[in-house]
Amino acid sequence: MPQLPGLVKGLGVTFKTMLAGAVTVQYPHVKEEPPSRARGVIALKEENCTVCMLCARQCPDWCIYIEGHKEKRPPRREGGKPRTVNALDRFDIDYALCMYCGICVEVCPFDALFWTPEYEYSEPKIADLLHDKERLGEWMQTVPEPLPLEVGAAKKK
Amino acid sequence: MLAIDVTTYGWTTALKTGIVLAVIPAAAIVLGYTFLLKMMSHMQSRLGPMEAGPHGALQLIADGVKFIQKEDIIPDEADRRIFALAPLVVILSTFLLYIVLPAGPHLIVQDLDVGVFFALAVSSLSVIGVLMAGWSSANKYSLLGALRAAGQLIAYELPLVLAVVGVVVQAGTMSMQGIVAAQAHGEIFGFGAIGNPFILTQFVGFVLFLAASQAELTQTPFDMPVAESELVAGYMTEYSGFRFLFFFMAEFGTAFALAAIAATLFLGGWYVPGVTGNAADVLGPLVLGAKIMAVSFLIFWIRFTYPRFREDQLQTFAWKYLIPISLVNIVVTGVLKVVL
Repeated sequence: MPQLPGLVKGLGVTFKTMLAGAVTVQYPHVKEEPPSRARGVIALKEENCTVCMLCARQCPDWCIYIEGHKEKRPPRREGGKPRTVNALDRFDIDYALCMYCGICVEVCPFDALFWTPEYEYSEPKIADLLHDKERLGEWMQTVPEPLPLEVGAAKKK
Repeated sequence: MLAIDVTTYGWTTALKTGIVLAVIPAAAIVLGYTFLLKMMSHMQSRLGPMEAGPHGALQLIADGVKFIQKEDIIPDEADRRIFALAPLVVILSTFLLYIVLPAGPHLIVQDLDVGVFFALAVSSLSVIGVLMAGWSSANKYSLLGALRAAGQLIAYELPLVLAVVGVVVQAGTMSMQGIVAAQAHGEIFGFGAIGNPFILTQFVGFVLFLAASQAELTQTPFDMPVAESELVAGYMTEYSGFRFLFFFMAEFGTAFALAAIAATLFLGGWYVPGVTGNAADVLGPLVLGAKIMAVSFLIFWIRFTYPRFREDQLQTFAWKYLIPISLVNIVVTGVLKVVL
């Protein structure tokens, strides 16, 4: 019986595991601290958004809905032409569709989208998973501080 | 005091039936909770159910209530009468096993002269129930599972019986109480204070008995009849609600009974050295319970450690290894019995 040592070893493995204690967490009572850069939910910094639509167009699931309009603002200098700016009317992310790829965060040229490690936003109704721009703005409070730059990294101009 | 005479045949029978009917679900819950829910979970680095009762102790009772509430589904094509009868036959086999289990000098339903023989005979009765379940379900997975179960139970009934023969030869009796007495009065090289549990002289028989009972219970590594990945749940596939509950109770009730038989045959049963009379009737069940839990621990430890055998490996293991070894064990036991 050449298999016998292996069989005994297997029994030893299960016995040791039994005494070692659980690695799982009793979720509603005990909560795990996710890593600070975990991809929990996407936050929107509304004042940075220019309604450029890059995120909505890059989204593989088409789960970002953006509507905006153009507004005239007073010119920067005396006697100049009034400026045209884009104002954001609607910015929704449907988390029922989102696959947490983070492409929208990557492509945003004006740092308007951020990952935050929050994960407790499940809903009894699927329609409630559509977060509007107010809800997305609230997530901004949970965005962790950016990590310090590495030594020797190029400074932002 | 009761006004009726409880010593009449009818009343004692009713009392004993009631006790056995209460013991089987209790045994199933104790084994299911301790081993299936808790030990297996810890062996997989998790805690298992924790919400129902302290540490999830009431989980199986909650599950039982849930099963009773479920709709009783019988497939259209099924043979309805046989389909309904099959779980009863399976649990009847478990029920009959408990008749000969001694828990104390007086705590036995009936001490038959052919106790062990009776126990092994009725334990194989469950094959009929399993075949009925598989055949009447009108489901190919059920039928395959039932046929696998039949082939397996027939193959492993033999080493189970042959492993016990060694004990019977050494004890000189087939009565369960007689075997306990034989171990209690035995001596280890003239030292008789703790008796002579047969595990010392019949260690080979003990190992064979455990291996064969593992197959009798259709537990991993011999769980081909209910192999989830191949046969859904084998002969239990079409059963739901309380009919499934019967199969579940029978499985763990039989595990408890076989562990009790192993504890009685090889570990000395209820006997506590130096304790006799009524004290033995109190201490006996506790001692037997502890021994049953120890044997069950071995059975379930093996169940949760090893992967499933292939069908041909199963038959090879029974016919080429277990049966020849048990035959040699009987011959050696017989020769030593005559010589010593």
